[in-house]
Amino acid sequence: MSHDAHSIFEERKDQVLRKGEKPYRMTCDKDSLAGAVSQRACVFCGSRVVLYPIADAVHLVHGPIGCAAYTWDIRGALSSGPELHRLSFSTDLQEKDVIFGGEEKLTKALVELIDRHDPKAAFVYSTCIVGIIGDDLEAVCRKVAREKNIPVIPVQSEGFKGNKRAGYHAACKAMFQLVGTGDIQGLSPLSINILGDFNLAGEIWIIREYFQRMGIRVIANITGDGRVDDLRRAHGAALNVVQCAGSTMDLAQMMEEKFGIPSLRVSYFGVEDMAESLYSVARFFENHDPQIMERTRQLVRDELSILYPRLQEYRKALTGKKAAIYVGGAFKAFSLVKAFRLLGMSVVLVGSQTGTEQDYRELHEITDDGTIIVDDSNPLELSSFLKEKDVDIFVGGVKERPIAYKLGVGFCDHNHERKEPLEGFIGMLNFAREVHTSVMSPVWRFVPRRTRALGAAGLMG
Amino acid sequence: MLLRHTPSEIKERKALNVNPAKTCQPIGAMYAALGIHGCLPHSHGSQGCCAYHRSTLTRHYKEPVLAGTSSFTEGASVFGGQANLVQAIDNMFTVYNPEVIAVHTTCLSETIGDDIPQIARKAEADGKIPKGRFVIHASTPSYVGSHVTGFSSMTKSMVDYFARFSGKRTDTINIIPGYVEPSDMEEIKRLAAEMGVKNIMFPDTSNVMNSPQTGRFEMYPRGGVTVEALARTGDSSGTLALGKLASSAAARALDIKCKVPCEILDLPIGLNNTDLFIDALRKMAGVSVPESVNVDRGRLLDIITDMHQYFYGKKVGLVGDPDHLVALTEFLVSIDMWPVHIVTGTPGKAFEKRIREITREVPHEVNVGAPGDMFLFHQWVKNEPVDLLMGNTYLKYIARDEDIPLVRFGFPILDRVGHSYFPTVGYRGGMRLLEKILDALLDRKDRDDPEEGFELVM
Ligand code: SF4
Ligand code: SF4
Repeated sequence: MSHDAHSIFEERKDQVLRKGEKPYRMTCDKDSLAGAVSQRACVFCGSRVVLYPIADAVHLVHGPIGCAAYTWDIRGALSSGPELHRLSFSTDLQEKDVIFGGEEKLTKALVELIDRHDPKAAFVYSTCIVGIIGDDLEAVCRKVAREKNIPVIPVQSEGFKGNKRAGYHAACKAMFQLVGTGDIQGLSPLSINILGDFNLAGEIWIIREYFQRMGIRVIANITGDGRVDDLRRAHGAALNVVQCAGSTMDLAQMMEEKFGIPSLRVSYFGVEDMAESLYSVARFFENHDPQIMERTRQLVRDELSILYPRLQEYRKALTGKKAAIYVGGAFKAFSLVKAFRLLGMSVVLVGSQTGTEQDYRELHEITDDGTIIVDDSNPLELSSFLKEKDVDIFVGGVKERPIAYKLGVGFCDHNHERKEPLEGFIGMLNFAREVHTSVMSPVWRFVPRRTRALGAAGLMG
Repeated sequence: MLLRHTPSEIKERKALNVNPAKTCQPIGAMYAALGIHGCLPHSHGSQGCCAYHRSTLTRHYKEPVLAGTSSFTEGASVFGGQANLVQAIDNMFTVYNPEVIAVHTTCLSETIGDDIPQIARKAEADGKIPKGRFVIHASTPSYVGSHVTGFSSMTKSMVDYFARFSGKRTDTINIIPGYVEPSDMEEIKRLAAEMGVKNIMFPDTSNVMNSPQTGRFEMYPRGGVTVEALARTGDSSGTLALGKLASSAAARALDIKCKVPCEILDLPIGLNNTDLFIDALRKMAGVSVPESVNVDRGRLLDIITDMHQYFYGKKVGLVGDPDHLVALTEFLVSIDMWPVHIVTGTPGKAFEKRIREITREVPHEVNVGAPGDMFLFHQWVKNEPVDLLMGNTYLKYIARDEDIPLVRFGFPILDRVGHSYFPTVGYRGGMRLLEKILDALLDRKDRDDPEEGFELVM
């Protein structure tokens, strides 16, 4: 079947690429076209997902109720201690606040929250409407901070001021206000911060354990299972280990500039990337601790010796199956492409909401000929690609799931709604199991595209 | 404990909403618009709102939900969103080819003060709206009302834009079902058909938000009220509006615009409210009630009779939307249960008064919060525990922390299936509700009873 050209806006042609057909050229980082059924979110959304796992702070959404309601415990970021982050706090702006301003309400709300919950810090998110009515968030935060003697940090996350990536930046700026305000005496020289992991399904605990076995101390989790006091001491770490480059890279850069802390980009998805991440950290500390490399190798060997035999089972069943990927940030796509390869599967479509020029260039390099690469896609496009490529499993987020299912295609949530840890070596196994469960599910025997292909007249005709 | 941060001591709060029992207008407008056949909802504002509304509807219905957005950027927020909307309308008709684009606003475009009808006229003048295609709109600022208000406004817009009186009355009855599930709409239509009443239901999300797996991704599923049918609502001989908050605005507008008389009822949840609905429909359409409907009624009554001892005096905490809560509370009181904590996030004085009336005979103090939030509700539950919770998925935190059984009811339900396929309205819906309530109560009893009190037959 040829692809349905009608489902691609003329103006979007440069945001879709078929590897091998033409030399690499791709436009991205564009604002979505008005009227496009884009799968993208807003600045606020970006800030909220990055900051919200900090569990001993209160997160107050200054705006009308919706913005808060939709982000209430949306991500399943786990905490080993306090769980303030799982409550939804909002100023619930009403018409009179919109007319006369919401500063007074905001002040009251903050005071009340701080009095009741005694948090270590407060983050105050501005939403679109606050940007328009012109509340002076900074002034209110400064005043309450002085009064209550805790950091009260404005997050400038008005939704219209860009896309999710701008929200990441706002979140980083907010966190940076805390970094450097704590006492770092006595911290080990073999210490790191983990950036860009949100502890979905307990993932950061797995990663921390690896580092522990290597003999490395983790100062701050940024932000999964995060704590304010750890952030304050984060500048005492020797290295920032950054995952999900999009969301916390800015913070790493700020810390590098101000405190001279270097950073490493890593990914904990898939065997190769996970191992390489640990090795690169080990290499960094080799001068301090000559044995660290050997310990790390041992760790990887131990993990792999458990993992590989169990992975073979899945690989046998999955070899030759086809996968499609559409995720928020492109970094994840790289690891997924490799992970699917390890399972013997081929990736026929890969795309992201917010990839950069460099991301797409890299994706172009690592994918096979014929692979469709797409930026900021929409459901019509995605569904026509899925059909064209006859994929067996689609990896995406909440809005993509029902599209896959309606087409009779398997699905794996690699986003907010993942229920099992997918990071680390154990995560690769979980991932393989999830993919296997969905791809091999007997339900696909009953879906129309299969019954039709088999020529089974039966119920489906 | 997830909600360990909730103290039982209650202090008055003026500026802060904690754990909302409502959400914002546009999502209701979007849901209503999906009940028009071939309609693409459009969110006139920044991208984020639209993404949230679509995700939440998708989580609730497990269906794809498509909607356009004007994708406001800083420029649009300063100079207004006219250019964005005109371009969006053009793009959407060109690429997605809907019959109707239903525009709703967001807090942002409302505050800027964009005039949607004027922009739509401009789009029309520029030739961006193909012949026989339509752009309708509803104004949905979220700093007023709640998602129910948005639903109501979009439903009213259907009347404002499409209904007309052709000069000839028909014997058709309009039914405005209220903010209920596609399964409920289906059940109401089934009842009307069973009674031989020709009807137009709007909005109608059945076969849109509960569509079957066909192996195809249908941008516009089979269901939904057609534009042609919406036009004919002006010729109908009467309108039955279910749910005061969600449906009266449209019903009244139709009365004023096309002189179609209306009757406004509570949602047909439970025995009594379904009786009232059937009776009103019977009178309005001049038909008699067929035996099949009587049998349904008798069966519902039979369950209540058989199991009444298990309902008696059970304390219930309810969170939900006003129309649902009014009908549900009435049902629960009628079977001898005691709704003692009732919270809605939607503001409105009339609601509290209605609930007070309905619960007058309940031999227990009744707390009513309108508007309230789930934090307050939880504090009430801590101070005065209940046997059962009923409400949306967000109640599961409280259910878990306080170890109270929960029956999911209302919007949104993010963690179970069933609501899009099985109704809670009508006699059959009543039976389903009772089954759920009894399952929850009796499972708990079986779990907790001491060995000597554990019974085989109940
Ligand atoms: S800005 Fe308004 S419309 Fe948008 S999500 Fe927030 S409350 Fe809803
Ligand atoms: S109002 Fe703005 S900040 Fe809130 S959800 Fe919408 S786009 Fe995001």
